[in-house]
Amino acid sequence: MKKKMTERQRTLLLMTAPVVILFFCFNTLPLLKGFYYGLTNFKGYGSYDFVGLRNFVDLFQDARVGKSYLFTFQYAIVCTILVNVISLILALGLNSKIKGKSILRGIYFIPNVLGGLVIGYIFGFIFTYILPTLGQMMGIGFLSDSLLSKSSTAWIGIVIVGAWQSVAMNTIIYIAGLQTVPEDVYEAGAIDGVTGWNKFKSITFPLIMPFFTINMVLCMKNFLMVFDQIMSLTKGGPSQSTESISYLIYNNGMSGGQFGFQSANAFVFFVVIVVISVLQMRFLGSREEQL
Amino acid sequence: MMSLAKRKTGEKVNWVTTILLILGCVTVFFPLYMAVIIAFKSPSEMTNNIAGALSFPEQWSLNNFREAMEVTDFWNSLGNSLLITGVTVILAVFIHSMAGYAIGRSMAKSKKYKFAYLYIVSGMFVPFAILMMPLVKQTAQLGIANRFGVIVLYVVFFMPMNLLLYAGYLKNIPLALEEAAHIDGATTWKTYWTIIFPIMKPMHATVAVLTALGTWNDVMTPLVILSGTGHNTLPLAQLNFQTQFGTNYNLAFASYLLALLPILIFYIICQKQILNGVVNGAVK
Repeated sequence: MKKKMTERQRTLLLMTAPVVILFFCFNTLPLLKGFYYGLTNFKGYGSYDFVGLRNFVDLFQDARVGKSYLFTFQYAIVCTILVNVISLILALGLNSKIKGKSILRGIYFIPNVLGGLVIGYIFGFIFTYILPTLGQMMGIGFLSDSLLSKSSTAWIGIVIVGAWQSVAMNTIIYIAGLQTVPEDVYEAGAIDGVTGWNKFKSITFPLIMPFFTINMVLCMKNFLMVFDQIMSLTKGGPSQSTESISYLIYNNGMSGGQFGFQSANAFVFFVVIVVISVLQMRFLGSREEQL
Repeated sequence: MMSLAKRKTGEKVNWVTTILLILGCVTVFFPLYMAVIIAFKSPSEMTNNIAGALSFPEQWSLNNFREAMEVTDFWNSLGNSLLITGVTVILAVFIHSMAGYAIGRSMAKSKKYKFAYLYIVSGMFVPFAILMMPLVKQTAQLGIANRFGVIVLYVVFFMPMNLLLYAGYLKNIPLALEEAAHIDGATTWKTYWTIIFPIMKPMHATVAVLTALGTWNDVMTPLVILSGTGHNTLPLAQLNFQTQFGTNYNLAFASYLLALLPILIFYIICQKQILNGVVNGAVK
């Protein structure tokens, strides 16, 4: 039994259908194609054979892939923690009774509007020339070589640039969160003698928990996909110590003749991102307080 | 608002925090200051100590900027960036708001629309790195491995976020307005463009800001789609001409500054809208 569509239903369908088709063609289709390529030994050119799940098995034994996962996760976790601590402190400061509040907020947001690639180049100069000179002047051995030239320290440089840019965004979100806490909650707390750290721990933080969730999920997802900073600071070096997953997929998949293998890698990476985001939202979401 | 402002003025200004925050601005300004100083210097002034990089130049010369514009074909890249970002933002506002309306209004009643909504929004979890390789093949096969293709891809990539924002905003717009128009005999199409689209103006601003920032600074998409076409975006030009800068940091920094300038100017002019847009987008 088919009902005749009303004018409204028809229009809404016409508004939706092209968008869904477009989305399918340039998002779902390439995702499926990526999975398909992952089952082949395609080099990116020429003919190729179907190899079944071999790429997926090889992925787990490939040292370079393993190393890139390790680096990416180490980077993402360090950055997420660092950024959230700094932005919370900054947001508390910027939300207190200070002079020139809006100007200061405007200034602290600047890093977020600038492109990651160019910022990477500028910081690259600081790490290679300014910091070592400073280190030699002050006799700090750790700094007297470029951070980016040693595989043990290069990741620190990338953390600094990543954090410098992300703090801006997270701070603004935390400020928005702090503004949702009504003044009388603090007043009630003050009557009970709750001040300082206790005030933050037992009043402020639980009430801005939703914003903490947003920031954690956004941060983790963005940092796991780190690319621009790697491209401009280290290109994955020295000795592949700062190869992020995105960079490896780009580098070996596009020009390294591993189109099929890296497609498999990309698909696994997608599953990892989905699982982490869902877990984070579940875990953090369950701890949110309602006022 | 008034009473809040009045109460605030009565309270003490926290000077310690103010001063700490002002000092903290150094972390934001130092890299930019350094970039400006180096960009205005000549290579011979770059001595091997800190002063070489940080002291004022003997002469503020625009030569580096002139040369950087030639080397990186600045106007061409700027034009491409403006074109790609501009068209993407306009298309996003029109197409995504329309989809947001159609899906947002129908998904409470219809399972199909609910599915369409979840289907597109879940696309937020698909990073570009995963779609990159198949998309390079696909755009080449379709003959759209060019600026048009990049715009199409952006319209698709920003769809999940923008659909979420528009559909969320629609919940606050009462159905009564549309019903009244319908009784007057207006078609749904006409009702949408004359009544709903204008009402969603605050959300258009948010969507425009977020989409613009995302596309303007993006490197990966133009890198894999546009390389070899002779069309650079501003960030892509910095990447492609990196080797030509060599060790001439003055030239390189002049070029970096030129690449940062448009978005900085835009930010200074529209700071309030940008901050509001970003907060609205993230909190929704």
